[in-house]
Amino acid sequence: MLTALLVMSAIALALGAALGYSAIRLKVEGNPLVDKIDAILPQTQCGQCGYPGCKPYAAAIASGEADINRCPPGGEEGIRKLADLLGVEFKPFGNETAGPKPKSVAFIDENVCIGCTLCIQACPVDAIAGAAKQMHTIIASECTGCELCVAPCPVNCISMVPLPQTPQTWKWQYPVYTLAPVK
Amino acid sequence: MRALHHFHGGIHPEEHKLESSGLPIARAPLPQRLTLPLQQHLGSRAKAVVQAGDRVLKGQLLARAEGEMSAAVHAPTSGLVLSVDLGAVPHPSGLPDLCATIEPDGEERWIERATLDFCALPKAELLVRLRDGGIVGLGGATFPAHLKFDLKPAQAIRTLVLNGAECEPWITSDDRLMRERAAEIVQGIEILRHLVNPAETLVGIEDNKPQAIAAMRQACANTGIEVAAIPTLYPTGGEKQLIKVLTGKEVPSGGYPLHIGVLCSNVATAYAVHRLVNCGEPVISRLVTVTGNVRTPQNFEALLGTPIEDLTKLAGGALPGSADYILGGPMMGLHTSNGRLPVVKSTNCIIVKSPQLFPPLPPALPCIRCTRCADACPADLQPQELYWFAQARNFDKIRNYHLFDCIECGACNYVCPSHIPLAQYFRFAKSEIRALEHESAAAALARERYEFRQMRIERDKQEKAEKLAQKEKAALAARQPAAAPVAPQDSSTQARIQAALERAKAQAAAVTPKNMDALTPQQQAEIAEIEARRARARELAQAQDIPHNSNNAD
Ligand code: SF4
Ligand code: SF4
Repeated sequence: MLTALLVMSAIALALGAALGYSAIRLKVEGNPLVDKIDAILPQTQCGQCGYPGCKPYAAAIASGEADINRCPPGGEEGIRKLADLLGVEFKPFGNETAGPKPKSVAFIDENVCIGCTLCIQACPVDAIAGAAKQMHTIIASECTGCELCVAPCPVNCISMVPLPQTPQTWKWQYPVYTLAPVK
Repeated sequence: MRALHHFHGGIHPEEHKLESSGLPIARAPLPQRLTLPLQQHLGSRAKAVVQAGDRVLKGQLLARAEGEMSAAVHAPTSGLVLSVDLGAVPHPSGLPDLCATIEPDGEERWIERATLDFCALPKAELLVRLRDGGIVGLGGATFPAHLKFDLKPAQAIRTLVLNGAECEPWITSDDRLMRERAAEIVQGIEILRHLVNPAETLVGIEDNKPQAIAAMRQACANTGIEVAAIPTLYPTGGEKQLIKVLTGKEVPSGGYPLHIGVLCSNVATAYAVHRLVNCGEPVISRLVTVTGNVRTPQNFEALLGTPIEDLTKLAGGALPGSADYILGGPMMGLHTSNGRLPVVKSTNCIIVKSPQLFPPLPPALPCIRCTRCADACPADLQPQELYWFAQARNFDKIRNYHLFDCIECGACNYVCPSHIPLAQYFRFAKSEIRALEHESAAAALARERYEFRQMRIERDKQEKAEKLAQKEKAALAARQPAAAPVAPQDSSTQARIQAALERAKAQAAAVTPKNMDALTPQQQAEIAEIEARRARARELAQAQDIPHNSNNAD
């Protein structure tokens, strides 16, 4: 009886020590959950969720502070993925959050631009090229469509242009066909 | 006789080959307008090098290959470029794309046609010529030939397979080509053999084309090229399926024939290579079968850009009760109602539809999991499972079932007793997955750029803070001169500088100018003048020294 007790407690102690050691030794840098959530977010960095970028929103979701339905560019698909990851129910977009818009890129009317650099400072992904008193232009392939450059422009020369659909970007639709009534 | 193998599944749809295979190839006359889409190949669109108003010659470059995967587009006849603008193209989306429109002048004046001595040309140069000649896979896939035949040094090709199977119902263009132009095809094959240097070369032709087999056998006599008659079974013409039948080798899932030492190319592509290399003619025309509900189904050699309704008129016109067209075969082709669409490099067949020939499918029923589709699938997939996951948009799961091995052949649709359009689901799922991959790549780029920007802003802030701290320190120091006098330059440093200057001077003095003896008086005068100019310059520099320095300190 006593030997059994001793053996069991020895094992418990040894395992506990091993666990404690590995918890310190193999500590994961950063918060893996935040990174997983951030990987789902679209990285538009638009702040429409009420946080200053995708990573802060991911951190807020991870800490349970924010809901999963606040990212319009991610669309319902994004909410669904977040719900899957976190094991919670899908939640449609609330009233306070605008729904998703068609993907667009910013466009600078280069005749009107005065070269004030305000939009360059606003762009979260450095997708605007230009210098003080020089005309600015958008690098369309890098633009995430966050709209953050639109408001700061003092001469209102930036507009959002929806990306046109071309044969190159077109997708096959979900098949639609008639179903026979099932008796 | 070669031992043949079987691929999994396959079906026997009605062949309908005899309608159009009886008549010889006819040359289609010049149409009033030619519309050349700038994207007639897989990859990125070619870039136009002509503008509206330009006069072009037959075979002149209209658009050059742009980007890694692309191929050139040429003028099919001489005439005037009316526009380079959006126009209707044969694409399942029905969306317009960039096209060059040409009004023929009727003179058919060629550019200078230079033939190539392909044996003397380096292979890399020959590949560039293929790209600039607009050669793509003419079996329907339109994969640029210069990429297919671009082998890395480590890649050895054992077998070169020429695809003359033409397994889709109704189509007979390769059949007629092999019957009438076998010798030219073989010349093209020789060029491809030169490029890849295979141990064996096989031509696979379905046994429902005996004349084509005979013609090719005759043309291939004493060349070492073997012509194999293979059983008629849809889709033997699929690249992987044909390779399996001829060599018994399986292309691994997600891999290419290259990985097992095989390359596969269409016989029509070999013919086009021959025209380019031996005649100097880029791809400006192709054979098109016009069949279905027309009076006299036949094959035409049509210029690219010819409207499809012009060709149906040449075939005696559409019979009453016709509706719409199929471009390609009935199993994999593109259905359209627009008769103004142009013939492009992938258009091997135009079928005029009628409700009698192609009755509408009865309404679909739920899947009963009979697995007939799995029995028919030539890629050995489980279409009923793929369908289940595609319907649920479960794109992670569907990949595990090898969705991307599906060749969209439609064999599963054909056998399904519930008439479910399975292949449509697979196309949908594939394009969704591709779009998602594209999006996540864009998100990764955005994340990287965002993080870099954050890092940069942080760094700038720190640098500014440091500078400010230094300035404050300096200001503090200036206010208390006694406590910290502005350090005069260390005397030892100055001594060292002085020493270095002396040394340099001594060195300069030691060097005697060369070639100074035996100078003509004129040269001596010139040297003296130059010395004087130098001295003057030195003087000036010294005079400006002080203001110059103060400027610098500013
Ligand atoms: S053939 Fe049709 S009904 Fe049968 S398992 Fe396949 S999808 Fe289901
Ligand atoms: S369409 Fe795809 S899944 Fe259906 S039979 Fe063909 S390869 Fe198999």
